[in-house]
Amino acid sequence: MTRFTLNGRATTVDVDDDTPLLWVLRDEIGLTGTKFGCGIGMCGACTVHVGGRATRSCITAVGTVEGAEVTTIEGLDPHGAHPVQTAWKDLQVPQCGYCQSGQIMQAVALLKDFPHPTDGEIDAVMTGNLCRCMTYVRIRAAIRKAAEANHG
Amino acid sequence: MLKRTLIGLMSLLVIGVGGFAALAWRPAIAPITPPAVSSFAPDLVARGAVLAGAGYCATCHTAPGRAPYAGGYAMQTGFGTIYSTNITPEVETGIGSWSEAAFRRAMHSGVSRDGSHLFPAFPYDHFTKLTDADVAALYAYMMTRTPVRAAPLENGLPFPLNLRPLQAGWKLLFFQPGRYVEQPARGEVWNRGAYLAEGISHCGACHTPRNALGAEERGNAFAGAPIDHWVAPPLTKANPSPVPWSQDELVTYLRRGVSRFHGVAAGPMSPVVHDGLARLPDADIAALGLYFADVGQAAARAAEAQPAIERALAMNAHGPGLPYDPTARLYAAACASCHFNGGGQVNALRPDLALNSAVSLSDPTNLIRVMLYGVTAREGAPGIVMPGFAPALSDADIARIAAYLRATRTSHPAWPDLEKTVAAVRAQGRGQE
Repeated sequence: MTRFTLNGRATTVDVDDDTPLLWVLRDEIGLTGTKFGCGIGMCGACTVHVGGRATRSCITAVGTVEGAEVTTIEGLDPHGAHPVQTAWKDLQVPQCGYCQSGQIMQAVALLKDFPHPTDGEIDAVMTGNLCRCMTYVRIRAAIRKAAEANHG
Repeated sequence: MLKRTLIGLMSLLVIGVGGFAALAWRPAIAPITPPAVSSFAPDLVARGAVLAGAGYCATCHTAPGRAPYAGGYAMQTGFGTIYSTNITPEVETGIGSWSEAAFRRAMHSGVSRDGSHLFPAFPYDHFTKLTDADVAALYAYMMTRTPVRAAPLENGLPFPLNLRPLQAGWKLLFFQPGRYVEQPARGEVWNRGAYLAEGISHCGACHTPRNALGAEERGNAFAGAPIDHWVAPPLTKANPSPVPWSQDELVTYLRRGVSRFHGVAAGPMSPVVHDGLARLPDADIAALGLYFADVGQAAARAAEAQPAIERALAMNAHGPGLPYDPTARLYAAACASCHFNGGGQVNALRPDLALNSAVSLSDPTNLIRVMLYGVTAREGAPGIVMPGFAPALSDADIARIAAYLRATRTSHPAWPDLEKTVAAVRAQGRGQE
C-alpha cells in the first residue's frame, strides 16, 4: 500500500512497491498523459514532478514516493494554461506530440531553477528529453518565451 | 616431575577459569511488576522521548514489518547475525519486568536483568556516559510504550562467540565504564555536543573503525568505517569532501538531511536524521554541529570552501559533452537534468556531484549504492526522490559514469575494479528498509 498526493489529491494504491510509478499513473489510476518511451530513464518521455522536482517515473518505484507530492502533466494547470503550456501552444511546438508531456514537465522544472536560462543551461537540463521529430528548436524558443512571460 | 607439572598446570587452569567465572558473574536483579504508565511524570516521559530520538533507539529496536521497539532487527556483525531485542514493557518477551536499576545497569554496564552480559552490538560502551537522570527519563519513556508480545530471534553467532560470559573478557580489554566527564574549558555548547555525540547518539558506533575483536579503535575515533553495506565517512580532518564541514553545514545536514555542499542523508544515516535527531531541539543540533566542526577541524580548512565551490561550478560547464565522448553524453542524458548546477551558485536541490562526499571517498560504495537504488522520498531531502538506475543501466555503464565523475569532478586517484564493485553491490541487493 502506498499513499501519496497526486495532483493535489490524497491517493492510495495497492500494488507491489517495486511497480514503476509510470504504470501506476497510467494503468492503475488512468492518467495517460505521461508516456512510456524507453523504460530506462534515458528519454524523458515519462517525466513527472515529485516534490516539485522533475523525475523519470519509469524507473521510480512507487514505494519510494510514499508520502510525497506527485504532479503529472494533467495536474500542471487545471485549464492547461500554465505559462509553459501557453508558450508551447503559441509557438505550436509539438510535431507528433509523444515526447511533449515530458518536455513540458522538464521545462517547468528548468524554469523554477533557472528563471532566465542560458543556452548552456537549457542544453544541460533538457538533454535528457529526446524528441525524434526534432522540435528542439521550437522547444528552446518556447522555454525562452515562457521565461519572458514569467518575469516580463 | 611430569605429574607435578601437570597438577600445577591443571590448578592454574582451574584457578584461571574459576577466577574468570567470578569476574564474569553478575547477579540477577529481581523482576518487578511493570509500573503503571501513570506513575511516570509526563515531563519525564517527554524528556525520555527526546533522548530516545537522540539515540534513535527505534531504528535498531524495530524490524521492518514489526511493531516499534519490538526488536528483531538483524545486524550483520563480522561475527554473525545479532538481532535486536524487544524493549517494549511486555513482561515475558520485553523489559516489562525490569526495574529502573536493571535498565540503568544495562545502559551503563551492558548487563541484562538476569545478569548475563550483553553483546556490544548494543552500544553500552557509549550509553555508559549518560547521566542517571537521562537514564531515568529513558526508562520512563520505554516503560510507557505499547507492550508488544514478540519473542526474541535466535542470534546467529557461532560457538564460542555466543558464550555471553566471554563478553566479560571483552569488557576487561575494551570497555571503560563511566559517566561523561565535562571539559569546562571547551564551553557549554561543545560539552553538550560531546555528551550527545559520545553518549546517547553513539556516532562512533558507525563512524569509528573497529579492531579484530569488534571494539572501536581508541585513538582512531571517527576515522570512518563500513556499516550495513555502506560507508560511514570519516568525521575527522581526513574527510575528503572538497568543502569542509562547517558548523552551519553540519546543522543543516543533521536538521534537514541535506547539505548543498556535501549531499543528503541516505542509507543508514537517513533514519538517524529523520526518525531520530528530528526530535532534538535546535540548540542540541547546534551543539552537535559545533562538536563535529571541531572534530573535523573545519575552521582550519575554512579557506578551502570557496575555491572548491567555484571549481565545482566550473566543472558543470562540461555541458552535454563532446560528441565523441560517449561517457560524457551518457552522464548528460541520464544524470545532468537533475545534477547540473549553473548560474554561479549551488542549488541545494541540484545535488552537485563535484562537491558530493560520495564521489570523494576512497571507497565508491556509497556512490554506487545511490546510483543503483536511488534515494526514497523518506530519505535524503524529504519529499524528493532520486530513482535507482539498477533496472536501467548495466554494471559497465554504472561503472563508466562513476569513473567519469571521479576523473572529471575530483583530482583523486581512480577507483580500481569499479565494474566488479558495482556487480558486488548489485548482488547485495537494496538491503532492509
